[in-house]
Amino acid sequence: MKRLKNFILLLIAVPVIAFASEEGPSLDKAPVNLSDQASLQRGARMFVNYCLNCHSAVSMRYSRMEDLGLTEDQIKENLMFAAEKPGETMTVGMDKKEAKNWFGSAPPDLSVIARARGSDWLYTYLRSFYRDDTRPTGWNNVVFPKVAMPHVLWSLQGEMVPVMKKEGEHEVIERLELAKPGSVTLAEYDAMVGDLVNYLTWMGEPAQLERKQLGLFVLAFLAFFFVVAYYLKKEFWKDVH
Amino acid sequence: MSALQKMMGWVDDRFPLTATYKAHLSEYYAPKNFNFWYFFGSLALLVLVMQIVTGIFLTMNYKPDSGLAFASVEYIMRDVDWGWLIRYMHSTGASMFFVVVYLHMFRGLMYGSYRKPRELIWIFGVLIYLALMAEAFLGYLLPWGQMSYWGAQVIVNLFSAVPFIGNDLSIWIRGDYVISDATLNRFFAFHVIALPLVLIALVAVHLVALHEVGSNNPDGIEIKKKKDANGIPLDGIPFHPYYTVKDIVGVIVFLMVFSAIVFFGPTMGGYFLESNNFIPADPLKTPPHIAPLWYFTPFYAILRAVPPMFGSQFPGVVAMGMSIVLIFFLPWLDRGKVKSIRYRGPIYKLMLALFIVSFVGLGYLGLLPPSPVATIIAQTFSVIYFLFFLLMPWYTSIDKTKPEPERVTG
Repeated sequence: MKRLKNFILLLIAVPVIAFASEEGPSLDKAPVNLSDQASLQRGARMFVNYCLNCHSAVSMRYSRMEDLGLTEDQIKENLMFAAEKPGETMTVGMDKKEAKNWFGSAPPDLSVIARARGSDWLYTYLRSFYRDDTRPTGWNNVVFPKVAMPHVLWSLQGEMVPVMKKEGEHEVIERLELAKPGSVTLAEYDAMVGDLVNYLTWMGEPAQLERKQLGLFVLAFLAFFFVVAYYLKKEFWKDVH
Repeated sequence: MSALQKMMGWVDDRFPLTATYKAHLSEYYAPKNFNFWYFFGSLALLVLVMQIVTGIFLTMNYKPDSGLAFASVEYIMRDVDWGWLIRYMHSTGASMFFVVVYLHMFRGLMYGSYRKPRELIWIFGVLIYLALMAEAFLGYLLPWGQMSYWGAQVIVNLFSAVPFIGNDLSIWIRGDYVISDATLNRFFAFHVIALPLVLIALVAVHLVALHEVGSNNPDGIEIKKKKDANGIPLDGIPFHPYYTVKDIVGVIVFLMVFSAIVFFGPTMGGYFLESNNFIPADPLKTPPHIAPLWYFTPFYAILRAVPPMFGSQFPGVVAMGMSIVLIFFLPWLDRGKVKSIRYRGPIYKLMLALFIVSFVGLGYLGLLPPSPVATIIAQTFSVIYFLFFLLMPWYTSIDKTKPEPERVTG
């Protein structure tokens, strides 16, 4: 009996030990709200202005942004800079090989980046750049150390510098501090990045709103069907004793 | 005679339609005391059909080409009408197939469904399970994401641990020195043609063998021993309509769970669709942690639990292989006087409980990156896993069983 008890205790201990070993910086919760069309539209504008110069989204068609409550003309005039027709996908002119020479690695395609990295990671990452003169780009990142990408949004956020603290023998970054303000306040910057991440989350799977809506109908139908089937079964099984 | 009867007569003179219908449905007598655990056989059949149908539609737009595969999956998700639904049904179906099959196998363990005269049903079933694992492994390469690529790399590399011929063997399997376009093409061929054919054939013989000897039941007694004047088992009821209407209820409950996943959480938090697999395969970037999908992790944990010997991983590969081969021998390892857990003694019950805890525990550990503590626990679980089988002839024969009833007990 005592052995069994120890065994059960051991079983409980496994997940605790396992999770304790997982490391990495803590992530901030991204304010994702896919029913907020205004936020998604602002995010789309940020995306085509700041990201779509180096990063492609080859699976995403411009015309799909009609799902965000935009008309074809609105898309053409405000969001399409590198394409002829709204049916085209979001490609970029940058050559992958050249990009690799410039940055050390080619900018990844962003079609499903929110599904690969997670919204919270993206939200934290885009707000965690800091000045680091030892890096070729002059920028480093807390959640993605030695990242190849420079801080593209620096003119908005401004320049952050790390505040260090001693942890044992090492110096680690405690938090980031604003050294040189950008064109918007930090709170406004967080909101803008929030919109962008909201858009990226939507772009990772544009069908997701339709999916959840349809799911409710499917489950409601199955619930009704269940009642019918249940009483049918009961009726047939009356004579089984 | 009505026109319909005439037509049936015409067909029956040339093909045993009515006879087949009677033998397998309307006059196939199944025990009347099937419980919850007996839903999973018909559900497995349902999932098989669903996988084949959704698979056919996916094939219409999927491109088995290392340069196009990843984008073609996203094309299906975005531009193909209902493509996202078909794809999610297929990816959820893969995992749910294993859920259903594992529960179906557990049912067999509990009620001794593998015992004489059902040994062949069990063997065909284990073969189905093996074919299913191969099918799932091959299919997982097709989306051509990072986990597809590196998962396949790890598993194919297992073959290179075989002494002497290992390296040539793994190159022969891949068709290249690394996982490449050639590998993707042959995996596609096996996934959509070869293994589905094997699976369907095995399911057919599994059912033919079952209907030849009749179904077991939660009491583990033979209903054919007590028949009425017409030769119908006293405790048997015709499969149709009784179990068809009952299985419909099971199907609906299953579809509710299935739909909840497909529509509200198709990735299941990374267990059904891993987030790393949304990064296109990159032969130059090894992910820091490679774990197979959850349904393989018990065996993966056994593989990792065995330390390399003489600088070779082969012992681990052998242990993993043996852990599956042993399942085949279950009908001959079990020497119990009764079949069902209801009348088994305490030793078998304890061993089965330990076995299930070990199997689930191994599955959990297989998902984690290796650590010294996890390895020791995985080794303990692996030993229990093997002892469940290897000690079975001994502990089932000394166990104090209860007498079986004459007739089924509801």
